[in-house]
Amino acid sequence: MQRAINDFTIRVATVNGSGSQSSNLVLTNAIFSLGIPVAPKNVFPSNIEGLPTWFDVRVTARGYQCRTREIDLLVGLNAATWRTDVASVKPGGAIVHEASYPIAGDTLRDDVVYYAVPFNELAKANFDGTLRKYLLNMVYVGVLAELLGIDEATIEAAIGKQFKSKPKAVATNMDAARVGFAYAREHLTKNDPYALERMSGRTEGRLFMDGNRAAALGCVMGGCTVAAWYPITPSSSLCENFIALTEKYRVNKATGEKNVAIVQAEDELAAIGMVLGAGWAGARAMTSTSGPGLSLMAEWAGYGYYAEIPAVIFDVQRAGPSTGLPTRTMQADVSFAYHLSHGDTKHIVLLPATVNDAYEMAMDAFDLADRFQTPVFVLSDLDLGMNSWITEPFAYPERPFDRGKVLDAADLAKAESWGRYRDVDHDGIPYRTLPGTDHPNAGYFTRGTGHDEQARYSELPDVWQRGLDRLTRKHDTARAAVPKPIVEDDGQPAAILAYGTTHHAVVEARDILRADGIAVDYLRLRALPFAPEVAAFIARHERVYVVEQNRDAQLYTLLRAELPNHLVSRIRSIRHYNGVPIDAHAIIDPLLAAEREPAVVAE
Amino acid sequence: MTVNIIGLARDVYKGLPTTLCAGCGHNSITNHLIKALYEYGVEPHRLAKMSGIGCSSKTPAYFVDQAHGFNGVHGRMPSAATGAKLANRDLVVLGISGDGDTASIGLGQFAHLVRRNLDCTYIVENNGVYGLTKGQFSATADIGSTLKNGTVNEYAMIDVCGLAIELGATFVARSFSGDGKQLVPLIQAAIAHGGTAILDIISPCVTFNDHVGSTKSYAYVKDHEMVANMPDFIRPKEEITVDYEPGTTQTIELEGGAHVLLRKIDATYDATDRIGALQAIHAARGKGEFLTGLLFVDATVPDLCEKERMTATPLKDLGEAELRIGREDWAKLFA
Repeated sequence: MQRAINDFTIRVATVNGSGSQSSNLVLTNAIFSLGIPVAPKNVFPSNIEGLPTWFDVRVTARGYQCRTREIDLLVGLNAATWRTDVASVKPGGAIVHEASYPIAGDTLRDDVVYYAVPFNELAKANFDGTLRKYLLNMVYVGVLAELLGIDEATIEAAIGKQFKSKPKAVATNMDAARVGFAYAREHLTKNDPYALERMSGRTEGRLFMDGNRAAALGCVMGGCTVAAWYPITPSSSLCENFIALTEKYRVNKATGEKNVAIVQAEDELAAIGMVLGAGWAGARAMTSTSGPGLSLMAEWAGYGYYAEIPAVIFDVQRAGPSTGLPTRTMQADVSFAYHLSHGDTKHIVLLPATVNDAYEMAMDAFDLADRFQTPVFVLSDLDLGMNSWITEPFAYPERPFDRGKVLDAADLAKAESWGRYRDVDHDGIPYRTLPGTDHPNAGYFTRGTGHDEQARYSELPDVWQRGLDRLTRKHDTARAAVPKPIVEDDGQPAAILAYGTTHHAVVEARDILRADGIAVDYLRLRALPFAPEVAAFIARHERVYVVEQNRDAQLYTLLRAELPNHLVSRIRSIRHYNGVPIDAHAIIDPLLAAEREPAVVAE
Repeated sequence: MTVNIIGLARDVYKGLPTTLCAGCGHNSITNHLIKALYEYGVEPHRLAKMSGIGCSSKTPAYFVDQAHGFNGVHGRMPSAATGAKLANRDLVVLGISGDGDTASIGLGQFAHLVRRNLDCTYIVENNGVYGLTKGQFSATADIGSTLKNGTVNEYAMIDVCGLAIELGATFVARSFSGDGKQLVPLIQAAIAHGGTAILDIISPCVTFNDHVGSTKSYAYVKDHEMVANMPDFIRPKEEITVDYEPGTTQTIELEGGAHVLLRKIDATYDATDRIGALQAIHAARGKGEFLTGLLFVDATVPDLCEKERMTATPLKDLGEAELRIGREDWAKLFA
């Protein structure tokens, strides 16, 4: 048997509400603490208790962070999904399961190894009533640890980390894990290829972080002082992390006074209204939401665009249309966010792919919002926002806040006159004053109705058109100011263009293709509007595959609309939209098919 | 030149010429606002004039031209006002809304503004009808009231004052656009109040709702106003001289040492009795009458900024040093 060391995927199938998340994180952290990169993916239901949930732990010596389709090792603890869970295991794999589950018919396979463990009986024999269902999950951790070669001390450390503030919980959970260790030692004979071996060079100095926490850190360091939000999966933990961080770092310990205001609004209409009111009055303000909330924000988003008010809106995308799949991931809000609201609107949209991006782009978003006096959207997704990713510690920001073109009383005293919407610098970005500025000329009337350069109501055709044209000029100025694409160009004829979490599947896909002798270049887009580098990159390649996680090829369509005609035929679309994160083969298969026979590419 | 207590002339409190119809109740309210703000001595640069959409929401352009104005989207003024106050708690936030803007499209935001007790003055210029879209009923139109074309309203009305009191409002008043004597001190008391002050001002629409059959016409309102009390605003440190019969007045201390003295027209009315206020509002409505005056006040409830324990410094003025995590703590975060 060929041993598979530090390179396989474990799937834990349980029922949600059973506390399995703690066990899953203990397992993940234990493997990580051995120096082995892991990529956890939580595939969970929109439900509090009783529905199936899966947790995939990809153990990956090479450090791939994307999902993989291949399940090597199943922990089957959900009777309801037992049949399909067994089918998901690849040939040669192994299954640890509750001993009472039937192994017959569909569930009887001759190409996998079964490890039957009487989890329920062990739990009954060892744990008291209320905690039983939770501790049962910790038994599986002990069983897996014994089978894979993780020692008790490593598990104990991981449990300690998980329940750090509760010493009693640490002891109880460790006892449960020991029940698993003991059972596996005494009753199971290892007959599978999977093993973990301590390694170095991949995890030292690194840590786990989820994108929502990273973005919340960016909000703190980016100087956000007003947050208004309405709870919605998968964005809630962004504001909850912001609350927790500000309670720790924004409270005057002597007086209890806070350097922040956070409001749980009555809905997303109010959340973004508060953010715009605060941005207008000079605070850095943000809201976080997901698709349905973004739909509600459309009206104010257009106001913010036209009245020119800074705002930061995080959209942690989930699977739509409509309520869709609240706990699954997609990149299907891209074109909606870019054009959010009626009339001619186009926004600055940032596209984080990594937790470091989520942190940095949160800070960028506040600077860009102030600099361009406009709503800035940060399009994360459930995969980035709610899963844990390995990252280097984040860099401490060295640059001061960019508060943009704000005239204070002293500036106004020097100026002969000023106009709120005058394009003084020919970059489309006007100057503004803040309410509270003590100068008789400071005030102006902010409105979503047609206005001239002095912010006065106007219905004159050329005033209206000039205003729209200036907003286009401002949008074009932003092309050079938004985070630049990351380009890996070795002069190959074919290339991939992707954004957001699709990036991680692209990394693995390019490695696999390269091993097969097919090298493809890569541009990772990090923001809209398109930077000039995008068209230049496409111009240097014969075929550019635009990979994204939505049905309608949204970014591909935006590209087609903006590219010069002679480049339009060079781009092709590859899409993935089943709600689980994209994997490498979702890129490789259509890309190879197209490379072999370009005519079959779907346009 | 005559000036107010901060040395500004009355002209400073004026705005652009109105573009509303001649005789519109809203124009009277604008004039009363100018008087109230001038006499109060509100600093123009600290005033934030907030509004939504509709005839009422245009009026912030017609007073205190130097102040910043924010004419937002329909029914969403409360959220923008909340954000502005959170960003800069030194602002005097004055919201102007209408009955459609407040009681129909904006009912949700109105309710939650009241719940949070944001320190602001919220004026409803209430004419029971949509003016800009030419005369449809609004949600404050009384049952049985008619449109110009004879259509009868068959749906229950939303009483802005009753609703606000039920929602926990801390300052609720009703008045009539034509009654400056009552309205000017009410506006001043509302500004002084440290919480959400709701002023429901019946303001007849001369174009679409001033006919026989309307219960918001000038004629109807004049005939059916029932005055609970007449307020006097007493600024901080100003002496309270009571030359009224004992038991005929009620004095309430507002934030910062200002007071409102209520001369009782209805001798039994107690403006600090929440349930009593609701009963009186219902009783008047049952008779087809409008109860006016300072209907309810509770000046002891903390406002949103206080409840959130916000620093006294306007949040907009905080910089990197106050807002970023320190380097030592940062290193610990990633240890």
